Amino acid sequence: MIKNLRGIRAIYLFEMARFGRTFWTSLMLPVITTTLYFVVFGSAIGSRMSDVSTVPYGAFIVPGLMMLTMFTESISNASFGIYMPKWTGTIYEMLSSPMSPLELLIAYVGAAATKSVIIGAIIFATAHFFVDVQVAHPLLMVAFMILMAVTFCLFGFIIGIWAQSFEQLQVIPLLVVYPLTFLGGAFYSLDMLPAAWRAVTLFNPVVYLISGFRWTFFGQGDVGIEVSMGAVALFLALCLAVIFWVFRTGYRLKN
Amino acid sequence: MTAVLDISGLGKTYKSGHQALAGVDLTINKGEIFALLGPNGAGKTTLISIVCGIVTPSAGTVTVGGHDHARDYRAARSMIGLVPQELHTDAFEKVITTVTFSRGLFGKPSDPAFIEQLLKDLSLWDKRNAKIMELSGGMKRRVMIAKALSHEPDILFLDEPTAGVDVELRRDMWNMVRGLRERGVTIILTTHYIEEAEEMADRVGVISKGRLILVEEKDALIKKLGRKTLTLNLADPLDAVPAELAQWNLVLAGEGHELVYEFDSQAEATGVPSLLRRLSDRGIQFKDLHTEQSSLEDIFVGLVHETKTEERAA
Repeated sequence: MIKNLRGIRAIYLFEMARFGRTFWTSLMLPVITTTLYFVVFGSAIGSRMSDVSTVPYGAFIVPGLMMLTMFTESISNASFGIYMPKWTGTIYEMLSSPMSPLELLIAYVGAAATKSVIIGAIIFATAHFFVDVQVAHPLLMVAFMILMAVTFCLFGFIIGIWAQSFEQLQVIPLLVVYPLTFLGGAFYSLDMLPAAWRAVTLFNPVVYLISGFRWTFFGQGDVGIEVSMGAVALFLALCLAVIFWVFRTGYRLKN
Repeated sequence: MTAVLDISGLGKTYKSGHQALAGVDLTINKGEIFALLGPNGAGKTTLISIVCGIVTPSAGTVTVGGHDHARDYRAARSMIGLVPQELHTDAFEKVITTVTFSRGLFGKPSDPAFIEQLLKDLSLWDKRNAKIMELSGGMKRRVMIAKALSHEPDILFLDEPTAGVDVELRRDMWNMVRGLRERGVTIILTTHYIEEAEEMADRVGVISKGRLILVEEKDALIKKLGRKTLTLNLADPLDAVPAELAQWNLVLAGEGHELVYEFDSQAEATGVPSLLRRLSDRGIQFKDLHTEQSSLEDIFVGLVHETKTEERAA
């Protein structure tokens, strides 16, 4: 299924060059956002917050903040990457080229995920200027980051194929993923919620993802790490299944 | 002659129910220039899009250089370069970057010397570092051609290459196509311009309503083009064509006021002088006369019209 490595490289480098053109905004945006969050949540409010379990509140929000930005960035980068050729019409070249669907997917999702991981790393580095964050399981943390970036880029890829306007492109990340992440325990522990709300929150899939990522930092989360891993695997499998179907049927790619 | 592209029973019905292609069979020979003529919506672009892998056919098979274009799509697509009708470009990319990208996409190792020559051939070398958005429409068209040729294809599809292109670029394009043919590239172009088909093509196909209604050597069509009609407006109407004029196969028209003679203008003896002499001998007077040449366009319009009438009758 993977033979045209030069083709994968061409698209990957093309996409990375596209990010490169907006290098400074891409770099500055996560730095500024992180700084703002730390000024507001870390210093202004955080100083009046008690520790979450044994973790200081400032450090507690780091994994959530990383995930929040990485989710939205992954979706918007990956969806934009495949939506633009559709919109400008240059998709004709991809479809007429000797590229297998899997190769196209690897190239587009690989490039978008690379950017997301870089942004996640920048946020992590920026956070060190404000708080002392210890990572209990560094290897797992990196693996989790990459896995999340890839999964949400796959999700973004699907949105990019589904979307038929710029508005549709924005709707899912802004109106679904962002609120779910915000309410998914990015800035608080589920223990802080009243019992009834805690039960409702457990229907939010993002809770399991953030909890898992937080576990790699502090060795503790809202749910067990096994549950989190299961949720990640499920989401990944779901995205792959949808993409498999898209390429099989040519949905919104071919007439 | 060996076939390089073989299309058999190709059909396409879009989800809307629109039947764009209805059982097209076509064989393209290696090294020829084939012109596909047809009115808007006849199915030209659908046909090309299926061969190139952009549209999925509803029926039929396509073989490119012996490779089935669905099962063995890598080999099939590697042989094909496509210049689509619309100017689809990455506005922010540089000319040389986008052309190099296309070569990589088709799995070819990078070859800066080849890309340089290609851009020079297409008069793009001076503009290699310009962003595509800064180029004129004609230059963008050249970029599209450079992209299609970047992986050294055996078959080049040009979908309406000269639509909306100025005369100079059209001449350039024709020269380029001839140059490619000399290098053994097979070229399939679609066009509205009969002139273009006459100028360029070895063979011509006419497509209408998703059906290929004629495929012929251009020279054979030129012979048809050579047919002329002579119309004589008679002073006094006739009831029938006089028996002694039978050898000319005349047709009586205009309620007996017109005699129509069809002849081959390129033949040595057109039969016109002898006909006129015989008429004057017979005392048949005419007030006026005119000749008309049937063009490829007439043949084309006639064919397309015919299929439409048939369809209405069916």
